[in-house]
Amino acid sequence: MSVAGINVLVDETRALQSGGRPPLLSVRGVSTYYGSVAALKGVDLDVAEGEIVTLIGANGAGKSTLMMTVFGAPRARSGHIVYDGQDITRMPTHGIARLGIAQSPEGRRVFPRMSVYENLQMGASLHGERHFAEDLEKVCVLFPRVKERLHQRAGTMSGGEQQMLAIARALMSRPRLLLLDEPSLGLAPLVVKGIFDAIRRLNREDGMTIFLVEQNAYHALKLAHRGYVLVNGRITMSGTGRQLLDDPAVKAAYLEGGHGAPAGGAHG
Amino acid sequence: MAAPASDAPPSSAMGGILRDAALYALVAFGLCVPIIAYRTDPGPAGLVLVPRWGLVLILCAAIFAIRVLQRLVLLRRDARRALTPSPAQATEAVGAEPDAGQKVSKVGLWVFVAVALSLPLLATVSTGGLSSARYWIDLGILILTYVMLGWGLNIVVGLAGLLDLGYVAFYAVGAYSYALLSTTFGLSFWICLPLAGLFAGLWGMLLGFPVLRLRGDYLAIVTLAFGEIIRLVLINWTDVTGGAAGVSSIPRASFFGIPFTADEDGFAARFGLDFNSMHRVVFLYYLILGLALFTNLVTMRLRRLPIGRAWEALREDEIACRSLGIDTTATKLTAFSLGAAFGGFAGSFFAVRQGFVSPESFTFLESAIILAIVVLGGMGSQLGVAIAAVAMVGGPELLRNLGFLSAVFGESFDPSEYRLLLFGLAMVAMMVWRPRGLISVRMPSVSLGERRAISGAHVSEGHG
Repeated sequence: MSVAGINVLVDETRALQSGGRPPLLSVRGVSTYYGSVAALKGVDLDVAEGEIVTLIGANGAGKSTLMMTVFGAPRARSGHIVYDGQDITRMPTHGIARLGIAQSPEGRRVFPRMSVYENLQMGASLHGERHFAEDLEKVCVLFPRVKERLHQRAGTMSGGEQQMLAIARALMSRPRLLLLDEPSLGLAPLVVKGIFDAIRRLNREDGMTIFLVEQNAYHALKLAHRGYVLVNGRITMSGTGRQLLDDPAVKAAYLEGGHGAPAGGAHG
Repeated sequence: MAAPASDAPPSSAMGGILRDAALYALVAFGLCVPIIAYRTDPGPAGLVLVPRWGLVLILCAAIFAIRVLQRLVLLRRDARRALTPSPAQATEAVGAEPDAGQKVSKVGLWVFVAVALSLPLLATVSTGGLSSARYWIDLGILILTYVMLGWGLNIVVGLAGLLDLGYVAFYAVGAYSYALLSTTFGLSFWICLPLAGLFAGLWGMLLGFPVLRLRGDYLAIVTLAFGEIIRLVLINWTDVTGGAAGVSSIPRASFFGIPFTADEDGFAARFGLDFNSMHRVVFLYYLILGLALFTNLVTMRLRRLPIGRAWEALREDEIACRSLGIDTTATKLTAFSLGAAFGGFAGSFFAVRQGFVSPESFTFLESAIILAIVVLGGMGSQLGVAIAAVAMVGGPELLRNLGFLSAVFGESFDPSEYRLLLFGLAMVAMMVWRPRGLISVRMPSVSLGERRAISGAHVSEGHG
């Protein structure tokens, strides 16, 4: 991606933030526990409509926990999660999904013994057949590999293809807010680039709001309008993608050796 | 026992195979000495030892021969595999021609239906009369009852992936529903049949509601307990269920209101036939065939609907399902209660056929057999379940006719006593050779254009 492109994105972000509208997703003081161990300790985070927001952090920082907490599993022990003006902190997971939040979970979690087509149908369960054909066409344009493999069992595809399918499946529900948990995990640099390009297109062309959890900080921050850094269950830093990329602390902790790498150089 | 190198020349491989087989025979001999070589018979003055070295010799020779054969088969298979890439390595399964097994499963269900439809006729022709065909038609009824139960349980275990060890409870609910409703209120079979399904479905929901948040092993144990609870209630609630004595003189099924009796209003007189008690048996046969096919039809239909797809997705990954907006509790409940309802239908058929129900008929062994049919058949495969039911229920009948075995194993040898042993062996063999069941292929429920079979071999073992 060119430097000019980043500037455009940053400008868009400023425009959004100056709009003064309430954010689409707002996490306030959320703490989540596994038994007596606190995984999140009072996290505050906002995602405005039309933004790509990324959350970066090391292994075990609580990134995936935050994403799952938004979906109500595990539940936040304290704090509030508000989506589109509605408190969803205590809602059942399937109820949250019905509000227009979709998720591509960590580890892909496609249905391995069902065909790719059936996986996509499952993604569209909220809408049934209404605009299935149209949406199928759309995700096939976005991920041509998925189209090639419509009739294959999802479990027989490569990791990258399964990741694309997981995102495609999430898109089938026509979400307003898309949560992506480590879409680059364990994938070849070229595949990562393809997936990040697709995310960018979704945001630019469809105006989809995207919340991205990533370990691949360099790519994620380049892509995102804004970013948050999570350390041991606490947000320690936030800013635009460019600000964080240039921040010496972030550089030292998350971009060691990755900074200035070409776009293809995926680095964990 | 290292596998022989597939490219080894046959002559040197043969020596290894013979050595290996000889070792097997030796181990068998060692085991035989304490177990088989001497039989103790009660003699006039205490126990008498009867040597049976001949039998030991036969067994050891048989084991030697089987091992040689097995190694030869494996050798050929390995050689073949070395030439062709394993299907598990291929990522692209799309354009592949369906193999023989897949073709079989496509036409198999129709063959099964055709054979089932014509069985009474075939039996009558081959045994030379309607009355003498009774054994075969009765056996057909028994097998079809298990086919129906297997198909019903397949919804719960095969599609939704919920391990249910107490399925017989719903079978019992259905049977007692008909038995009690007909003897107490005089309701006819055709009114009781849907009611029995409804009651069983309700019980399924009642059980399902609290326990479906459990998973895997825990769910299995709770359903097992539920099956036992129902049986114990049936035994102990004597006022209503008649206790261990059961409910007897349950009204027989009528031909849509026309009874199967010899008098003027009877079935035979109305249709201008000579009275024959076999009319009722043949009617019952077609009744259970119809019920079984109805179960199959509903399952196949549901599979193509979102609810059926949701069941399968639930079996694959519950968390992913939830995040796609699927209410997993409601989805599990529908699968559980629908499976239960079919169990109830089969139960009321059981009651009308027997004319007598007692808690004896609803033991855990029944649940185990039904579950074994589903697992053996290949979870989720309709044809596989039908084949497994024929094997599991028809097999023991076959054992009764193996009289010649008593010439080998002695006069008192009764092959049908080894039924459970054979079940166990069949299960172990399945685990080794066909871990996904007899028919592990399934057609995608929906596809664009041409349907393509997806072999189980192409996917790694699912989890969940």
